[in-house]
Amino acid sequence: MELIIAILIGFLFAAGAYLILERRLLRVVMGASLMSHGVLLFLITAGSLKRGLAPILVEGGEEYVDAVPQALILTAIVISFATTAFSLVLAYKIYHRGGKDDLEKLRGEVDAHDEHRNE
Amino acid sequence: MLPTMVLLPICMVFALPLLAKFANQAIGWIAFLIPLGLFVKYLSYLPEVSRGEVIYTEIPWVSNLGIDLAFRLDGLSLLFALLITGIGTMVVLYSIFYLRPHKDFFHGFLPQRVERLGNFYVFLFVFMGAMLGVVTADNLIILYIFWELTSTSSFLLIGYWFDKDASRYGAQRALFVTIIGGLALLVGFILLGQAADTFSISQILAHPEQIKNAPLYPVIAILIMIGAFAKSAQVPFHIWLPTAMEAPTPISCYLHSATMVKAGIFLLARLTPVLGNSHLWQGTIVIVGISSLLFGSFMALRKTDLKAILAYSTISQLGLIVCLVGIGTKAALLAAMFHLFNHSAFKGSLFLMTGIVDHQTDTRDIAFVSGLGKVMPVTAGIAFIGSLSMAGLPPFSGFLSKELFITSVAEAGQEGLSFFGSFTVVLTIVAVIASLFTFVYSLTIFGKAFTGKLKSPGEHPPHEASPGLLIPACALVLFNVVVAIFPNVFGRVLIAPAAETIAGVPVESHIAFWHGFNLPLLLTLIIFAGGAILFANAERFKPFILRLKSPIGAEKAYEWAVPRIYNTSGRVTDFYMRGSLRNYTALTMLAFILLTALPLTIYSLWGNLSFDNLAPVTILEIVMVLVAMTCAFAVTRFRRPLFAVLSLGGVGATVSFFFVVFRAPDLALTQLLVEICSTVLFLMALRMMPERMDPNPPTRPIRRKLNAIVSISLGALVAFLSYWGHSNKSFSPISWFYSENSYTRGGGHNVVNVTLIDFRGLDTMGEITVLSIATVGVLMLVNLVPKERSLLRPTHKHGKLPLSTNNVILYTTLQTLALIILVTSLFIFWKGHNAPGGGFIAGLMFSGAVLLIYLVRGRLFRGQIDVNYKMLLPIGLSFAVGCGLGGVFFGEAFLSHTFGYFHVPFFGEIELATATIFDFGVFLVVIGTVLSIVTNIGKGQEDL
Repeated sequence: MELIIAILIGFLFAAGAYLILERRLLRVVMGASLMSHGVLLFLITAGSLKRGLAPILVEGGEEYVDAVPQALILTAIVISFATTAFSLVLAYKIYHRGGKDDLEKLRGEVDAHDEHRNE
Repeated sequence: MLPTMVLLPICMVFALPLLAKFANQAIGWIAFLIPLGLFVKYLSYLPEVSRGEVIYTEIPWVSNLGIDLAFRLDGLSLLFALLITGIGTMVVLYSIFYLRPHKDFFHGFLPQRVERLGNFYVFLFVFMGAMLGVVTADNLIILYIFWELTSTSSFLLIGYWFDKDASRYGAQRALFVTIIGGLALLVGFILLGQAADTFSISQILAHPEQIKNAPLYPVIAILIMIGAFAKSAQVPFHIWLPTAMEAPTPISCYLHSATMVKAGIFLLARLTPVLGNSHLWQGTIVIVGISSLLFGSFMALRKTDLKAILAYSTISQLGLIVCLVGIGTKAALLAAMFHLFNHSAFKGSLFLMTGIVDHQTDTRDIAFVSGLGKVMPVTAGIAFIGSLSMAGLPPFSGFLSKELFITSVAEAGQEGLSFFGSFTVVLTIVAVIASLFTFVYSLTIFGKAFTGKLKSPGEHPPHEASPGLLIPACALVLFNVVVAIFPNVFGRVLIAPAAETIAGVPVESHIAFWHGFNLPLLLTLIIFAGGAILFANAERFKPFILRLKSPIGAEKAYEWAVPRIYNTSGRVTDFYMRGSLRNYTALTMLAFILLTALPLTIYSLWGNLSFDNLAPVTILEIVMVLVAMTCAFAVTRFRRPLFAVLSLGGVGATVSFFFVVFRAPDLALTQLLVEICSTVLFLMALRMMPERMDPNPPTRPIRRKLNAIVSISLGALVAFLSYWGHSNKSFSPISWFYSENSYTRGGGHNVVNVTLIDFRGLDTMGEITVLSIATVGVLMLVNLVPKERSLLRPTHKHGKLPLSTNNVILYTTLQTLALIILVTSLFIFWKGHNAPGGGFIAGLMFSGAVLLIYLVRGRLFRGQIDVNYKMLLPIGLSFAVGCGLGGVFFGEAFLSHTFGYFHVPFFGEIELATATIFDFGVFLVVIGTVLSIVTNIGKGQEDL
C-alpha cells in the first residue's frame, strides 16, 4: 500500500508542479491545490497505514492508527481551503485590474535598484 | 532603577505621538521634564559614585546565551550620563523655541514650515535612552544593541528635514559609516566574549589578563577600535560628521558634538583596562587621535560656514581626547575626561550660538555676516566665552584642559608612550601645530561674526534672540567660567572618579592655572604667539590654506565606492531576478530537488529501501489510485477550465476515499466537505476568468519540456522521500501518548478531536487565527476598487445568478435537505468529542447547508437573511481565547481544560467538557470563513 500511495503522491506533485509552472494564473492555483492533496497523503503515509483501528477509542481496543498526522492533516485541509480561496480571489482580481491572466506579463515595471542606478 | 532610567525615554516613544496630537506646540514642555528628571536622579548618585562605589542592577534575560539586562553605574558612566541628560535638558528647552513657527521674524523667501514635533521628540528620546543604555550597560551585547540604536536615531534625526536632498544624503552617509563600524564592533564583541567566556563587562574587567593572552587579542582590539573610531568620527571615518550637519542645530549640538560622537571615546575608555597597555592599542589610538586633531583643525580653518567649522572642530577635539586616552597615564586620563567635559560645555554653547545666528539672520556663513555684537550682545557674549575657551585661552576652562593635554603629550616620552622613543617629539610638534590652528579658527568664529561692521543678508536688521534660545546657551557657556573658578571641585567629584574607572588606580585631581615655568608653558606661549600672528594675517594665509588638496582621501574613496556598490549589487540581482515569476518558481523547485538529492547522494542513502512490512492492498484501492492519477492528469490536459475544475474535484474525492481506507473518519468527512466548498469556489471564480485556458500565446515547446522535466523530477523525488520515510523510521512515534490519555485526561474517545481541541489547543488556536486572517485578506481583495471599470465585465455569457430557481422540486427538496444538514451539523458538533465530528467538520457542514439554501434562493437569499458572516470570526476567536483564559483564571496554564459527567433527566448521563467551548469557537470561525468567502465572491459577481 505504501508503495502505490508513494507513486500517487509523486504523481500529484508532478502534476501540481507542472501546473504551477504554467502561465495562466488559474492553472497555478489548481496546481497548488493538487500539490496540497499530495501533501495530505504524504503526511498520512508518514504515520502507520492501516495498522490498528480508527482513533476512536472503544472498549477492548488494543491498537489504533496514528492520530497525530490525522490531527495535523485536519487543520491542513481547512487551511488549504482558505489559502486556495485567497489565491483564487487574488488571481481574478489581478486579471481584472490588469487585464492579464498571464504570469509572463506580470512583471514589476521599475525595480528599486534600477532607480538607484539612474541617479 | 538603572534599567528604568534607560528605558523611560525609550518608552516615552509610545506616549509622545499621542501627546503631540493633543498638546501640539506644548509637547516640548512635557518632553522637557523627562531629561530634567533623569538628570536630577543621576545627580543623586554622585556622592556614592564619587566615593568609588559601583551601582549595579541585573535583570535576567537570555541567560542561556549570557545576555542579561545588566547595568552598572561607575564614575565613567556617571560622567557620561550627566552629560547626556544635562545637555539633553538644555537641548530640549532650546528646541522648543528653535522649532517654533517664527512669529517675530518673517521669512521673505521660505514658506512657513510646520515642524513634525512628534517625530522630532520621538527620535530624540530614542536616542537619549539608547545613549544612556550605551554608557550604563554592563553586557557587551546589550551595549551593542543600544549602540546601533544611537546610530539609527542619529540617522533619523539627520534626515529630519527629509525633503532636502542634502539631509537625506547626510543621513545615509552617517548610517553607512557608523553601521560599518557597528558591524566591526559586533564581531569584536563576540570574539571578546568568547575569549573571556562571558559577555558581562564587569567580569571581563575583573580578568584582563585572560584577554591580553588570548590568541585573537589583536583582532579583537582592531575591530573594537574601528567601531569606536567610526562612531567618534576619527580619521579616516570622519567623513560622515560634516554632512551630518544637515540636522537641525539642536541635534547637531546634542548628537554630533556633545554626546553621541563621544560614545566611541566612552568605549575606548571602558575597555582600556582590558585591551589597553599594549603597543597595538596605545599606538593606534594615539596616532589616529593626533591625525584627527591635526586634520580637523586644519579643515576648520578652510570653512566659512559656522556649522562646518564646528563639525571639523569636533573631529579635531575628539581626536585630542582620543589621543589622551591612548597615552593612558593617570594625568592623561584625567585630562581626557576633563577635556571631554569642557568640550561639551564650549562646543555645545557654540552650536547653540550658531543656531541663534542662523535663526536671526538666516545664514550661518561668516562670509556674509559680521558685526552682530552690536545688535546681539548676549549671543556675542556666549560666542566670546565659547570661542576663547575652545582656543584654550585663560581664564576659561578650555585653557586648563588644553594645558593638561600639552603636558601629557610633552611628557608622553617618559611615561605612557616610552615605546614610541623619539617619535613623541613629533607628536608634541603636531599637537602644537594643531593647537595653533585651533586657536585661529576659534578666534575667527567670534572675530568674523561679531566684530566689525554690521552685515546681515536678511531684509530686516537682526536683533537679539528670545530668552528661550539664550538661556540654554548661557547655561552651557557658564560652565566654562564656573569650572575654571573651581576646577578641583568638579575634578574631585566628577572627573577624577571617571579617570579612576579607566586607570584602575586612584587619580588625584590637581588642576591649576599655574604650574611654574616649564616646557608646557613655553609651548602654550608659542601657540598663543603663533596663533595671534596667523590670525592677524589670516587674509594672507587663506589662499595658501585653500590651495592644499590631497589626491587621495576618505571622502574620495567613499564617493568612488558607493555608486559602484549600488551598480554591482544591482547587476548581481538583475542576473537572477529577471522579473519572471515562473522562473523563480522553477528555480525554487530545482533548488529543492538539488538540496534534497545532494545529501541523499553524499551519504549514499538512495538504496535504503525495504519492501517488507507493507500494508495490504486491495484491488479497489489500486483502482482508486488509478482514478486519482487520471483525474490529476486530466487537470493538466483539459483546456476548458470547467472540466479541469471538475477533475480537480475528482482528485479531492479520491483523496477523501483514501482517508476512509486509512481509518481516518474525521479526515474523510472534512476532506469531502472542503472539496465541495472549494469546487463551488472555483466555479464561482471561473465566471470571472477568461474562458479558454489555452495559454495564449502558447508556451514555447522547449519551455514546456523543461517544465515537464522539473516537475517530473520533483514528483519522483517526493515519491521516493515518502517511501524512503516509511522504510527508515528513526524514532518511535509519539502517538501512543494521545491514544493513552485521550479518555483519561481529555475526557473524549475521539483521539483526533481531543488532540485538536485539548492537547494541541494552542496549535488549533493558531490555525483558526490563520483562517481568520486569510478570510480578512479575501474580503479586502474583493472590495478593492478596480483601476478601470471597463475591464470589470464577465468574460463570457453565463447569465447572472438567477434570482431564484423556479424548479419547484429542486427548491423544496434542497431546502428540506439543507435543514436536515443544519440539524445534523449541530449533532455532529456535539458528538465530536467521542465520535467523528467536532468543530471543524460541523462548521463545514453548517456552511454547506447554508450554501445549499443560497444556491436555491439565489440573490433573494441575501435580502432575506442578512448575516454579517465575518463577525463570526472575532466572536469565534473570542470564544476560543476566552475558554483558554478560563483555565488561567483557575490558576492553570492557558488552554487547560476540564470535564465532568452530569446526569440529566431524559438524556441520561452526559459529558460536559470546557474544551467544547473552545470547539464552539472553532465551529464559528470555520462557518465565518467559508460563508464570508463564498458569499463575497458571489457578491463581486452580482455587482457586474
